[in-house]
Amino acid sequence: MMNIKISNGRIIDPATGLDQVTDLYVRAGEIYAIGDLADDFHYDEVIDATGLIVCPGLIDLCAHLREPGETHKGSIASETAAAAAGGITSLITPPTTRPIVDTPAVAELIQDRAADAGFARVMPMCALTQGLQGEQLAPLHALAGSGCIAFTNARLPIKSTLNLLRCLEYAATFDLLVVFQAQDHSLSSNGCMHEGANSTRMGLSGIPEAAETIEVSRCLLLVEQTGVRAHFGQLSCERSVQLITAAQQRGLKVTADVAAHHLILSDEQVNEFDSSLHLQPPLRSALDRAGLIQGLLSGSVTAICSDHQPQDLISKQAPFAETAAGLSGLETLLPLSLSLVERKLIELPQVIEKLTLGPAKILGLDSGSLQIGKPADICIFDPNEQWTVNKNSLRSAGKNTPFNGKTLKGRVFTTLLGGRVVFRRG
Amino acid sequence: MPNPNHYDSIQLTPEGQLKHFLTIEGLHAELLTEILDTADSFVDMSAQQVKKVPLLRGKTVANLFFEASTRTLSTFELAAKRLSADVLNLNISTSSTSKGETLKDTLMTLRAMHCDMFVVRHSASGAAHFIAEHVTPDVAVINAGDGRHAHPTQAMLDMLTIRQHKGDFTKLKVAIVGDILHSRVARSQIHALRILGVEEIRVIAPQTLLPRHIESMGVKVFNEMSRGLRDVDVIIMLRLQKERMQTALLPSESEFYKLFGLTEAKLAYAKPDAIIMHPGPINRGVEIESGVADGDRSVILQQVTNGIAVRMAVMSMAMSGQLKQTQQRLEASGV
Repeated sequence: MMNIKISNGRIIDPATGLDQVTDLYVRAGEIYAIGDLADDFHYDEVIDATGLIVCPGLIDLCAHLREPGETHKGSIASETAAAAAGGITSLITPPTTRPIVDTPAVAELIQDRAADAGFARVMPMCALTQGLQGEQLAPLHALAGSGCIAFTNARLPIKSTLNLLRCLEYAATFDLLVVFQAQDHSLSSNGCMHEGANSTRMGLSGIPEAAETIEVSRCLLLVEQTGVRAHFGQLSCERSVQLITAAQQRGLKVTADVAAHHLILSDEQVNEFDSSLHLQPPLRSALDRAGLIQGLLSGSVTAICSDHQPQDLISKQAPFAETAAGLSGLETLLPLSLSLVERKLIELPQVIEKLTLGPAKILGLDSGSLQIGKPADICIFDPNEQWTVNKNSLRSAGKNTPFNGKTLKGRVFTTLLGGRVVFRRG
Repeated sequence: MPNPNHYDSIQLTPEGQLKHFLTIEGLHAELLTEILDTADSFVDMSAQQVKKVPLLRGKTVANLFFEASTRTLSTFELAAKRLSADVLNLNISTSSTSKGETLKDTLMTLRAMHCDMFVVRHSASGAAHFIAEHVTPDVAVINAGDGRHAHPTQAMLDMLTIRQHKGDFTKLKVAIVGDILHSRVARSQIHALRILGVEEIRVIAPQTLLPRHIESMGVKVFNEMSRGLRDVDVIIMLRLQKERMQTALLPSESEFYKLFGLTEAKLAYAKPDAIIMHPGPINRGVEIESGVADGDRSVILQQVTNGIAVRMAVMSMAMSGQLKQTQQRLEASGV
């Protein structure tokens, strides 16, 4: 294993409050030292990080990898390579594969393939109910033993509130983390975009704000009753953030994240039947977008994720409502998040926290920092480099980005995973 | 990012001529007036013994109906034939074509057969845009109804009918009554009426049949016929699209008729010379009283006649714009 000196970078580690231009040393896959070091440390490689930011590798709370079952849309190898290119060293993948991740075998398969590919740490999120059908509990305890980091029913309904209550009680028994991607199915199932002026004008069925807020409310009340550890993923509405904030103020240990593109885009952009903007959860109003940013600033939302949903070409080539939802987000997570710094809404160390330490804490992981002795998962990026997104140059198999042709600021230079260079911009 | 001229760039040539006809939205009043004037000349022609003009001679028009329709299909067919085009009618039920993959393949196949124009009806909003933008930008696409989004030729034939009776648009109050939620006709009518400058556009329906934020399209919302019909010059009744009713939108047809059906009694709220329109087919006794539909203020059959003329106008204009663009492209590439 190589020893590496990362020289002269601005090292930002929200976990320790470090923000200093200095050197960082990697030895045997771990962070060995930061700052001055005795001269006799032998290193095999120097990465010149002058003018660059050196921070913990990003942790992405929601990235669909499409394997097993939908490898025409992406594979664990292709999508983790894309993650590395996006500076992401750990990611959580939802259970909506084929087969669904509701048995230890599937959970282990995903982790084995990810280990073989070697680009990122992949932690599967498993099904809360068998087949995500919302009826019978999945074997949560066995799944947790097979490396499942959290449990979710994704955006599929658990119609019976009694069933949901039992799921949460059972998860609470073993102190397991439950993740809600809250959406009331009866209000959302026909919709393909935010219900608003543009959905009316274009004659597209809307997904009302209440689809999210009703489910957030239902889940919060049951979280309160059961005391389960709970996280709300990819909130899209201002009102949802307010509900979470109020719950946190009541003392509930609930956390929340938002997807990076929800901080940039709103339903105002969905005005031309552009299927790259067919997303789930949908882009909400500009006011909602402001509310999500406010939630990040106030601290009730502690992570930004990519909500990466790669699609093949055919899935996006149809009339809007008939296309598959989602965008390819791994490689734009960092620059989209950095745009908040550019807009002077948030400081750079704070936004890095939302991409590293924040998600680590949500998951209860002891990672997302550059502390001595920790695995050297490191992202080195140029905060000022402007680049134009070219969908065909994305490493992800999913070319479905609404940012194709757009110029973004901030670009990953090198990514290290456990002290190994897993991405280097050529 | 939002682009206010997006619709222009898809359906107009750089000179501002139609090359596709996908939506009324974003078009200028001059162009709408040009369509109406052109259609007027075809109305006169259709009343004559020889009903054909050679404007589309040698061209092939494919009517692609992914959603069942009798009257729209037949008026498009007649319009194409009166323009001397060869016509191919394809009824393609959406049940057999599961996804856009097939839609794209179907269109590419027809393009390979050198069709010059596609008249498209599809149950998905944006289907015509998808075809014009991503599948066959070099074939003129006429939207014959896409989902809940647009039915621009229907709106234009309604405008022609209104103009024939009322002349000036700017002093008119127009009420659209019924199932606005599912209606592509209403959306296109609202755009057209607004662009042509009518004084007031009203929609009258229960909340369950109104899409959220419909006011943002520039209409006044009414929930009662007595208020909504007061002093209007034009009443447009919409078909209650029973086949689209998936959930509990209304308690019963009879309650709807009692509250929102157009009867002689409710007609009295409108101006004495108000005209009554309906895009058809009519549900007698559901949205309109039989006697009112057949009465002397009803212009429903005139709408049908105008439908052929408007479709002839739009087809000839779009074909001409598309041909010019092809010509320019060929010249630019030095052929």
